[in-house]
This record gives sequence, C-alpha cells and structure tokens, in this order.
Amino acid sequence: MTLALTSSHIAKPHVAREPKPPVNGLPLSLSNVEKRFGALSVLQHFSLDVPAGRFLAVVGRSGGGKSTLMRLIAGLDKPSSGTVSIGGAAVDGLNPDVRLLFQEARLVPWQRVGENVGIARGPRWQETARATLRDVGLEDRENDWPSVLSGGQKQRVALARALVSQPRILLLDEPFGALDALTRIEMHRLLETLWTARGFTTVLITHDVAEAVALADRVVVLREGAVALDIDIDLERPRRELADPRAVDLQRRILEAV
Amino acid sequence: MAEASLAGARTEASGASRRQPVSGRAPGQGAALRQRLAPWALPIAILILWEIASRSGLVTARLIPAPTSVAAAFWRLLLDGSLLYHTLASTQRAVIGLVIGGGIGFVLGVVNGLWRPAETFLDSTIQMVRNVPHLALIPLVILWFGIGETAKIFLVSVGVFFPIYMNTFYGVRTIDPQVVEMAEVYGLNRRAMILRIILPGALPSILVGLRYALGFMWLTLIVAETISATNGIGYMTMNAREFLQTDVVLLGIIVYALLGKVADLATRAIERRVLSWHPAYQGQEMGTP
Repeated sequence: MTLALTSSHIAKPHVAREPKPPVNGLPLSLSNVEKRFGALSVLQHFSLDVPAGRFLAVVGRSGGGKSTLMRLIAGLDKPSSGTVSIGGAAVDGLNPDVRLLFQEARLVPWQRVGENVGIARGPRWQETARATLRDVGLEDRENDWPSVLSGGQKQRVALARALVSQPRILLLDEPFGALDALTRIEMHRLLETLWTARGFTTVLITHDVAEAVALADRVVVLREGAVALDIDIDLERPRRELADPRAVDLQRRILEAV
Repeated sequence: MAEASLAGARTEASGASRRQPVSGRAPGQGAALRQRLAPWALPIAILILWEIASRSGLVTARLIPAPTSVAAAFWRLLLDGSLLYHTLASTQRAVIGLVIGGGIGFVLGVVNGLWRPAETFLDSTIQMVRNVPHLALIPLVILWFGIGETAKIFLVSVGVFFPIYMNTFYGVRTIDPQVVEMAEVYGLNRRAMILRIILPGALPSILVGLRYALGFMWLTLIVAETISATNGIGYMTMNAREFLQTDVVLLGIIVYALLGKVADLATRAIERRVLSWHPAYQGQEMGTP
C-alpha cells in the first residue's frame, strides 16, 4: 500500500518536494471563543491561531471540549461568544473548503464505494472519486458495497470522500481510534503522505498522545475548556521511528499536562 | 360432518403408510434423490388419499370434491374464459387499491417522518383510525358507494394504507442520524438528501410494509367480493356456492392462495434486487452470475 503511494508520487514529474508542505491550506483562527450548553460552559476564553498548511493536534480527556472545538470550526455549531475565522473570514455555517472526518466512517451503506466518495456529485465526480481512491490505496474497490470493507478500508474511503473536493482545511475527530494498532500506523503514514503532498491545514483531535506526536507540527492540550499546554513538535518528516527518544520525551511532557 | 370425514382420512392414513415404501423404492438410486422428493411425499399422499376418500364415498363429494374434479373445474373454467375474466377483475381491483392506498400511505409516512409538525397534526388521528378493523366499514361503505367498484377499491385502499404508512414512517424516522449529519456536512441539498439518503435507507422497512399490505389486500378483497360483486374470484366462489359447485369454490380458494404467493414472490424479488447492498442479501447476490 505504502509502496503504491510512493511510486504514484514519483511518477508525477514535479512532486519531488522538499519536506515543507506547499501552502494550499487556509489559516484558522479562534479568538476569545466561549461555548455554553445551558449552564455548562465547555470552552472559555479560548484563543488559537493555526497558520496555513500546519498540522495541529488537540489532545485532551473525554468531555474536555475537543469535539465542541471541532464542531465550531466545521460550522456545525455557533460559538456563544467570540469568533472563529477561516482564511480571515468569520465562520458562518458549513464551508466547502473545510472537510470533517468523523470518528466512525459514516459511509452510506446503500451506495457503492465510488458513490460514497463522490457523495456531493460534483462535475465529473466518478473520475475524481476514482483518482482519490487510488490516492488512498483502494483503486479497485469503487464498485464494492461498504459492508464488505474492513474497518481500516472504511476509514480510507471516508478519507477519500473528505479529500475528493480538495479541501483547504481537514478536521479529524479521532478517526483512527477504533482501528487496530497496525492499521492505525498505516493510516498515519497515509495521512502524512497526503498532507505532505496537498498541504491542507489539519486539525487532529485525539486522546492518543503517541498519535499526536507522530503526526503533528504542534500539540495543544485542552483541559476543562482551556489550553493547558501548547508545544511544537520539531521532528523531521517522514516520521517512521516511534521509539525516537525525543518523541518519547515529548509524549511524556504532553501526558503530564493532560 | 367434518369429524366424520377426518376419521375417514385417518383410516386411510394407515393404508398410505403401507403404500409409501413401495413408491420410495421405485427411484432405487441414491439418498440424494429421495432427499429432493421427500418434501413432496406428504402433499402427494394427502392428495391421493383425498381422491380415494372422495371417490369411495367416505366423504361427501358434494362437500369436499375430489382433487380431480377441482382440476376438471379448473380446466372447464379456463376453457370458457371465466377463470381468467374473474382473476383479472380481482387483480385489477387489488392493484388499483394498492396503488391508491399504498401511495397515500407512503406519502404520508414520508411527510410525517420528515416533518414534526405534520406528525403532531396527523399521527395520533391515524393511530386512532388504525384500531378500527377496516372490514367493519363494509356496511357504511355500501351505503356510501353502493356495491360498485368504488366500494371494493376503497376497502382495499384502507386495508393497505396502514401497513405501508406505519413502516414508511418508521423507516424514515429510524435512519442513522450520523449518516444524515455526514450528508449535511458534505453539502447535500434537501432533494438529494431525500432521494439518496432517506428513501433508500427507509426502503427495507417500506418493503416489509408492502408485504404486510399484500396480505391485507387479498384478505380485504375476498371479503368485499363475497359480499357484493358481479365479477371477481370472490363472486365466482359465492356464485358457485349457490349452485353447490363445491369444486369451483375450492378452485377459487386455490386461486387466492396462488395470487398471494405470486405477490409475495414478486416482493421478494424486488427486495433481492434493491437491497443487494444489505449484508443479509449479499450471499444471494454472489449466487447469481
């Protein structure tokens, strides 16, 4: 799988890029955001800036406001006060430049894999769906029903569905949490490769500290609705070695803050 | 009367068990063939016994005619065209009633499933009316529409309305909200949402409703046609009863059974086709080349 990806990369003439991703992404900014559900305040005075094309991981315990943060960025919820802005414009509802990968694959069971990827049925959706399925390593599965796929394959289809419209911000809400360890590592590599090639701004929500350190440029720890730690992960890519002592040290620091 | 004929059948049963091994030996080879023929043994034995009981006078042929005389009646009515005429008349009523009642049930089920105000306004009334046995409406329906086509089509429509309505409503209401949210996030408009997400998702439930509805359809029709009609299978059997043509009465019952079976097979075929995505149907999909 990984091999197929690398070779398709090399096949394109000008893809021999430097490790720094090209900036196709949009900058993301939250300033003084508060979100209440009735009397319960989930986020308080929350501010965060993510420059275009960066990979941010948000780590925290369940109920710490991670999913709320994600829904605010995606435009699924409105903040009680403060502003969320994408590319300089305040978020007002759903934005086609922003794509969200859910915890569950959420494939439509009665549509074939290719139809799931092209769910929005844009112009020439079949071709683009096929091409994106190739990018996630599922080139010959477009006519299969979702029910015959494994958990990892379903998340790959979901990833292809998110990427098919060339989004400039990708939000990931613990999408690999339910996968087995080997499949999860495969998905990490796939995501890193795609992010390097396409350069979308990425926000990954996770409670897996190792996953955050393996993927992100920067990790924010969210505790009781506020930032408890904000550190850069300055490790060279591609990150293949999980036992890197620097990574282990970073993981320890993050765990202490969670 | 029926007791006597049953007793007669029972006396003959011992005769059958003696005959049974003889016919079993006839194929001679392999357990496989016997396995295949086994399910047919009992019905065939019953038919043979019935024939014997009827011919020998053990049961009154006027009340329980022999299978051969039912077959003869079938042939006679097929040749003079009346069997086809009555079957078509019944089928036509059934289909018109199904389309009207099922159509209204489907639309109301979708509307109430999608739109809360409609549900609040309509559903409790529908549930109340549902508990009235629709055949209890017959006297009223005859007063309203007379004994013409309208009365029978009305009754069938009412009969099929409820199962289709209930199951469509349930199917629409129980769509996975996560899939609906995903479709919203991916920018599907209302029309695409209904056509590509909600209706296909409700389809398994709608088809269950359809199968129930087909049962109610024939049931209603039998009753409606026996009470008031000038054609149709129900009329044919009631007319035959007047002239003590028991073979024709029995034939009518068999035709109803066959029509019900055909309707059920058709629904199953539709299910296999449109639910091929469903894990429960995938084994069968692979079976067909």
